[in-house]
Amino acid sequence: MENENVKKIMHVLRHAPHGTIYSYEGLEMILIMAAYEQDLSVVFIGDGVYAIKKNQDTAGIGIKGFAKTFMALDGYDVEKLYVDRVSLEERGLSENDLVVDVEVLDSAAIGALMNGQDVIIHH
Amino acid sequence: MLHTINKSPFSGDSFDTCIRFLQPGDPVLFIENGVYAVQQGNRFSEALAGVMKNNPVYALRPDLEARGISNLTEGVATVDYDGFVDLVEEHQVNSWL
Repeated sequence: MENENVKKIMHVLRHAPHGTIYSYEGLEMILIMAAYEQDLSVVFIGDGVYAIKKNQDTAGIGIKGFAKTFMALDGYDVEKLYVDRVSLEERGLSENDLVVDVEVLDSAAIGALMNGQDVIIHH
Repeated sequence: MLHTINKSPFSGDSFDTCIRFLQPGDPVLFIENGVYAVQQGNRFSEALAGVMKNNPVYALRPDLEARGISNLTEGVATVDYDGFVDLVEEHQVNSWL
């Protein structure tokens, strides 16, 4: 059912997961907003793709890893996960290197999705 | 959709990344340290000229003045704070922080 209170909100993750707090804070915000039943999507661009890279083991750097928390998004009905193809390829990665199922899109397609949003939040 | 860029193109990837996702006609506004992108004859001038084939480009005048930037890449328009507000009123904002 169409609900005018539902906003289309896109979160754009553009930072690597460790070293700065952007990526983790972004994930936290996504999880919080998911509770409000908005139309959420998440796009991974640039170093943001590293946040969902497989086989991250943060034990040695003394912080809690959160890559696997992205797998929980599905349980919060956040299913629109997109990855920028160029960002993935220029880092030598493919879809198989990621911990979650994503849709890999070219920049024109992501740009078009952006234009359809009510709000875009970069992290 | 209005795209704003507030980081120097020399220190981050906001500029290079943003321009890949522009849709034709989307305005781009450079603010804060983002305005270094529009200095004439810099490493980003050519890319910026390419952007301006399909997109209007603006830079916030007080931020240019604060940084002593007066020679702008041809085609870049300047706006004051009122102009900034006008753009925000007309468009959804995509702030490439």
